[in-house]
Amino acid sequence: MRLLSILVAATLAAPAGADPAERIVSIGGSITEIVYELDQQHRLIARDTTSTFPEVALDLPDVGYVRALSPEGVLSVNPELVLAEVDAGPPEALAVLKEAGMPLVLIPDDPTAAGILEKIRAVGAALDVDAQAGALADNVAAQLDRTTARANAVAEGERKRVLFILSGEGGRILAAGRNTEAATVIGMAGAINALDGFEGYKPVSDEAIVQAAPDVILMMTRGGAVMVDNDALFALPAIAATPAGENRAVIRMGGQYLLGFGPRTAQAVQDLADALYKEQAHDSGGL
Amino acid sequence: MTLAAYDESGVADLPDRTVVARRLTLWLGLLLLATMTGSLATGAASTSLWAAFGDLAQGRALSRVDETILWNIRLPRTLLGALVGAALAVSGAMMQGLFRNPLADPGLVGVSAGAGLGAIAAIVLGAMLPAGLMASVGTYLVPLAAFAGGWVTTLVLYRVSTRGGRTSVATMLLAGIALGALAGAVSGLLVYAADDQQLRDLTFWGLGSLAGATWGKLMAAAPIILLALLGAPFLARGLNALALGEAAAGHLGIPVQRIKNLTVLAVAAATGAAVAVSGGIGFVGIVVPHLLRLASGPDHKTLLPNAALLGASLLLGADMISRTVIAPAELPIGIVTAILGAPVFLWILLRRRMVVDL
Repeated sequence: MRLLSILVAATLAAPAGADPAERIVSIGGSITEIVYELDQQHRLIARDTTSTFPEVALDLPDVGYVRALSPEGVLSVNPELVLAEVDAGPPEALAVLKEAGMPLVLIPDDPTAAGILEKIRAVGAALDVDAQAGALADNVAAQLDRTTARANAVAEGERKRVLFILSGEGGRILAAGRNTEAATVIGMAGAINALDGFEGYKPVSDEAIVQAAPDVILMMTRGGAVMVDNDALFALPAIAATPAGENRAVIRMGGQYLLGFGPRTAQAVQDLADALYKEQAHDSGGL
Repeated sequence: MTLAAYDESGVADLPDRTVVARRLTLWLGLLLLATMTGSLATGAASTSLWAAFGDLAQGRALSRVDETILWNIRLPRTLLGALVGAALAVSGAMMQGLFRNPLADPGLVGVSAGAGLGAIAAIVLGAMLPAGLMASVGTYLVPLAAFAGGWVTTLVLYRVSTRGGRTSVATMLLAGIALGALAGAVSGLLVYAADDQQLRDLTFWGLGSLAGATWGKLMAAAPIILLALLGAPFLARGLNALALGEAAAGHLGIPVQRIKNLTVLAVAAATGAAVAVSGGIGFVGIVVPHLLRLASGPDHKTLLPNAALLGASLLLGADMISRTVIAPAELPIGIVTAILGAPVFLWILLRRRMVVDL
């Protein structure tokens, strides 16, 4: 996909609009990813704290956390354009940036499949590379269609119940309920979010976990590091009593990769579906 | 209590100390001027205050970015930082005087917990307000709610601890802790109900920051804080007398109840407004008055103005660190004041133990 977008970019780079912004600050992990996918990274001069992929982005100066930006920090890198997620803030900081005459483009950030495509097109429009963005969006849309088709192909009775654990530090489990990025991704991969009695990420009781009877535990890695290792995870009484605990079934994926709703999401969903349904075929004999 | 023991040691050289304190006021005034200039001159951006002066002197207009940085970012931030620092330090000094307890701080009258509850409620429940109202209150919702929360808690506490026209300082101390716990529990409920994004906002609010300083916020907070700061010196004589005990102060002809009323009002106003515009900034209210008592004695007539000057300088200094140390990002200022303040506070505690064991 990267190769394709580079080829597309190379062929379309010539007819650029009148004097597009060359010094860009990208605020939002998925926005930065899209800028790199569009091969416009040479125009980036700074990023926010959540922009951690691709790794070379970490070399850019960090203007702070997406919700706690400092206006002087952003202005200090002398940008010509600021691309920010709609939920960037605080509002005072954005107001001051506007007052300074800084072009500020807010990119919609809807955590759905359609939202990803909208985000890609919006970034493309802001960078004046609509054609590349269109190609990338089509490419991502095709991948998303494939994953959806595959998810729909999973028979109703064979859908795995997945418990997403945001953190399990000290045995206290913080899990994903309804209307979370995790629940959406689990659904996209053709599985069922095991906990749907509440909204958002909440601490859950041991009994609720036993009752939810997840087949698989899904967790994030942070910069490649595992937060709670398998032995500690399956030693938790609540987890041990579930089908996932009996089979020691856990899937770990990078947080931004899995939940970022950017250009890599289709791939992440595919990886998740692979882990959920392919490995089962392997393991069913052994375990 | 311990403060009394400490006072006695200072009684013998009181005249000397007054001179020292007056001289200190002058130096602290100069320090504040220096930190204010420094605060205008430093920041993440390379904009130079001196170059801007040069340009203006020669009749050249500033670039729009430079003008925004100096006029709309650094100047309101510097003024707000000075006001907030002064408010926190003077409130701390007054609370310690009122409670005759060297460890008292504005948090004890429930202002901080109440303001925190107000801010959390605004962040979590603000989205439920009608869109029209949100559009008109907008960015002021959180500071307004924090201020209201601080006030309501203080008034409740005051009612609880006042009986028959007399306020019991001991009841207020204990009830303040209880109300703080209650506000903390209600805040916990709201935190539980908060979504992911609100949780992140709550975290950053609690760490405090002057990054959101705007002229609007400054204009809203300044009259309240200035009123409390300018009123504080009139309470100095009363607070000095209170150090001898309420009965003794009464015999000296001090209107004890009125001093208590006005002190609580001034502290609630100043702290409420300061917390509302800057979030949770700790330790200024404890460290500043203690440093000054060590340097020039416990006389509130000089302690209060000196606390205002040193508190303002200290917070501006901490803010300069907070916005340059990881530039272009910013470290929340509450982290800086706590990292600088906590060790100083420990040092004070250890020193005091040499005078008299706590």
